[in-house]
Amino acid sequence: MNFLNRLAALLLLAAACAAPAAADDLLMARSDLMYPEAMMVLQSAIKAQGYTITRLQQVNENLAKRHYKSDMYRVVFFGKYDEVKALAASHPELIPYLPLNITIFAEGNNAIVLTAHPRTLEEFFPDPKLKPIFERWEADMVKIMDTVRESK
Amino acid sequence: MIDRAIALLALLVLGAAPALAAPDGARLYSQNCAACHGENGTGGIGVPLALPSFQATISDDYIRKTIINGRPGRVMPSYKALNKDQVEALVRYVRSWNKGKAVTYSALPVKGDPKHGAQLYAEECASCHGADGEGGRGTGVTFSRPRDLPIMAPALNNVGFLASATDAMIKRTLVEGHEGTPMVSYIKKGLTEQDIDDVVSFVRSFERSPLPHNTASLAAEKPVIIRQSPYDLKTTVANVTQAINNNNFFFGRAQPLEYGLVAPDKADPHQVVLYFCNISFLNQALAIDPRVGMFLPCRITVVEHNGKVQVMSVNPKVLSRLFNNSELDVLCDRMQRSYIAIMEEATL
Repeated sequence: MNFLNRLAALLLLAAACAAPAAADDLLMARSDLMYPEAMMVLQSAIKAQGYTITRLQQVNENLAKRHYKSDMYRVVFFGKYDEVKALAASHPELIPYLPLNITIFAEGNNAIVLTAHPRTLEEFFPDPKLKPIFERWEADMVKIMDTVRESK
Repeated sequence: MIDRAIALLALLVLGAAPALAAPDGARLYSQNCAACHGENGTGGIGVPLALPSFQATISDDYIRKTIINGRPGRVMPSYKALNKDQVEALVRYVRSWNKGKAVTYSALPVKGDPKHGAQLYAEECASCHGADGEGGRGTGVTFSRPRDLPIMAPALNNVGFLASATDAMIKRTLVEGHEGTPMVSYIKKGLTEQDIDDVVSFVRSFERSPLPHNTASLAAEKPVIIRQSPYDLKTTVANVTQAINNNNFFFGRAQPLEYGLVAPDKADPHQVVLYFCNISFLNQALAIDPRVGMFLPCRITVVEHNGKVQVMSVNPKVLSRLFNNSELDVLCDRMQRSYIAIMEEATL
């Protein structure tokens, strides 16, 4: 019975791991910097990849208005005009995923930044024409994350 | 000349070989683990790996299997992409925080009475680990939000945990506890060794009834929710705004997709993004997983394309799976229903 239990657990584990639930679909990085400095590094890194920042979405301020406590929390939206315009025209179903964004929040004396791996979009939108775009976004996001992680 | 080039190439290859053969555990940790567990293992979203009492009871094999298996549905991903050498480098790095003697555990099952263990579990363990071993709530609560404890009670019924922890390790944890966390020594609390064996036996019995992990059913979901609107763009935008208010959200703003990328008068007026929020819901979501910023703020886009007006949004249920957090899955299911309700009301 014990063997059967273990076998059942092993099969369940295999099934769970085989499911499309890989949480390493998230790109995350911790910065040793305090939130304000990390936010500056993040914005600078985004711009260095040729993107324009379109909006800094406040989150903690909106929570505070309703008396909920949270440390500093922002969502940074960014994109490239020509790219967004072209994609919206050729692939309107991609619009809900535009522009790109990265979340940043304070964690004590550090800051955490995260976003979804753009490569995940390949699975959502399998058009081969989009593949090089998603791959470039992936490379850009990795560079941005590395910059934030390695800034001291 | 060619000989020299070959020799130089060989030297370069040989020089690079040690680096290729020995992955840098610290770097791998920084890239893959530090965001949740802290640069120095002090915890945050994840377990404080450097906690001495934690290091004292875990084995290398527990860390190794945890990296490989993850905790399905409980944030900790399975690092399937790492090769064996990288996993070993990470194990060595994480274990470098252990100042005591390294422990190894027998893989043999502990013999106990699971029925008596169930009774003891209900009395002593369920308040933290959940009645069915589902673990503490708010798997992703971080120090960035109000939090009293350095660790969330693990989900003992999790297939990843059960595959990683041997009976002997669970027993030692019950015997010694984890100083610095709410996990106390149950020997000191008055249980006998046989009682503890019974509890271990009950915990192992979770293998027969682990909680379902719902990600498998997501394959049928589409990444975008789309509804056709029978109205023109302006009317549809007005309808969505009204439907947002009717469905318990507050309307934030409407702006063109190209907002911020081009001068306002140059932005395409045929792609309008409507932002909205329910702060109470947001607070609840952040308490469950602080990483949900990716969804924020809620938004529905109205698009006029080739003479047709469509209302569309991301599908929260599809995005939820990226987080490996079954508690978040429940909220995303609710969010999906809200999006659909708003979109269908607006396009009725």
